[in-house]
Amino acid sequence: MRYIAGVDIGAVSTKAVLIDESGALKAHALVRSGSDLNGAGERALAEALAAVGLSEKDLEYIAATGYGRYQFAKRDIQITEITCHARGACALFPGTRTVIDVGAQNTRAISVDEAGRVLKFKMSERCAAGAGRFLERVAKALELDVSQLEAAAAGSKEAQPISSICAVLAESEIINLVTEGRPIDDIVMGANHSIADRVVALARQVGANAPVVITGGVAQNGGTVAALSSRLGLPIARSGESTYAGAFGAALLGRVRLNRRREVEAFHRAGAAA
Amino acid sequence: MYYAGVDVGSTTTKAAILDDGKTLVGKSLGPTGANVVRAARNFFAEALKEAGLEEHDVGYVVGTGYGRYKVPFGNAQVTEISCHARGAISVFPGTRTILDIGGQDTKAIRISAEGEIVDFSMNDKCAAGTGRFLDAAANVMGLTIDEIGPVSLTSKAPLRITNVCTVFVEQEIMSHLSKGRKTEDILRGVHSAIAARSLALMRRVGVDPEITFTGGVSRNPGMVTALEERLGQKINVSPLSQYLGCIGAAIFALERAQGAPSPRAPPGELPMLRGH
Repeated sequence: MRYIAGVDIGAVSTKAVLIDESGALKAHALVRSGSDLNGAGERALAEALAAVGLSEKDLEYIAATGYGRYQFAKRDIQITEITCHARGACALFPGTRTVIDVGAQNTRAISVDEAGRVLKFKMSERCAAGAGRFLERVAKALELDVSQLEAAAAGSKEAQPISSICAVLAESEIINLVTEGRPIDDIVMGANHSIADRVVALARQVGANAPVVITGGVAQNGGTVAALSSRLGLPIARSGESTYAGAFGAALLGRVRLNRRREVEAFHRAGAAA
Repeated sequence: MYYAGVDVGSTTTKAAILDDGKTLVGKSLGPTGANVVRAARNFFAEALKEAGLEEHDVGYVVGTGYGRYKVPFGNAQVTEISCHARGAISVFPGTRTILDIGGQDTKAIRISAEGEIVDFSMNDKCAAGTGRFLDAAANVMGLTIDEIGPVSLTSKAPLRITNVCTVFVEQEIMSHLSKGRKTEDILRGVHSAIAARSLALMRRVGVDPEITFTGGVSRNPGMVTALEERLGQKINVSPLSQYLGCIGAAIFALERAQGAPSPRAPPGELPMLRGH
């Protein structure tokens, strides 16, 4: 059996996914990107291979995506994040019409047709507001780990509004709120509403048709997803693989490319024989 | 009789005391922190101490800055736009354009030859181009805010900082550091990036000489040089630049106590006019 890899080199984390020739997801891995993006791709890929006892020679095709995709030397092809996230989300949740990808530094809203093709997209990439970095700064100001934000939001009775949009200014605002004795849980909930406002505004620009799926690292934060869903007025689907949707989509698109390459090769061989 | 101005900024609170002849007799500044009222009281008290005065010696106090309504001993409040303009003219009478870079916001103010505010523009939505941006850069590089300006001036090959968002710039700096780029070259790029943003803000109101640079960031010599390079001209900076807002407030206090009319609000501040 030969395998296809998708490697999504993001601003903060790098994800690798392995699929088999039928397109089934076999393994995934996540590492910090750091500053050596090629190295991050290598590490993520090695981890995914090791998880299922495979080695690089079992790979037939490698598709790279994410902001560091051009840095990954081993790639056979690079594909934009938009296409990959749409494809990955539709594979995880067939019938998806809107994909909201909230990564560390970028947030994207993508509308797709019945066949999972991208119709329209909008992205915010200039600023950390409305992206995972915003939540990181909030966690830092509250001396929490990002993984603790979900539980904190669950304990909130009344969201504390955060007036700053800018992640850096919000940090100072939050420090002042803590000093004033406002409950941490309510501050976290307020931060969720703040990020949700930004993301929903982006989603509305592409139509925000149901069903809606969230991908990217922030999908792991149930508090933020709940705030998004409530602001949008629609349920938002997510799964444990949401973080890997981009890498999964890259692998699936790589598989399509690989099959086409095989067809072309077969055609040439047939021509040479004739 | 004496007159005081207290400028409660987002990051720093400043206080100044003038005598009848508009001579500065006492001043003080320090971090605003979370308790705005306490900061206002503290630095007013320290300015009084420096002047060798008691609170009852001061006939009129004007509060300015974002926390101006929380100055409990203030007789009146005047916007920081008016106060910065007034303070800048008092030190540099030829001022036509003011660039004020504070801890969390940046303002460009254009004033007429008569000292009236013609137009102003400000960024208070985002940390890019404000003192916070420099704080973040200093932090990432393990330097203090006072060190980064002089260090940036030693650069021979400035790097270009491509991001705008402070959060992203932090990562950009780390990436430059990991590639072994020189601290001074990165810092020169950081200063240059803020200068570019400041200039864009100033162009919205028009850039007429003389230009006076106020606010906490004006103490940074790297920022002064970066701005002068972008502008292609010299800018006015005084050791009192950080106090110009509260000095302006104290001048208004003196004038009000002596029955002068209220300062005219700058055009953009009339809510009815906004959006027309």
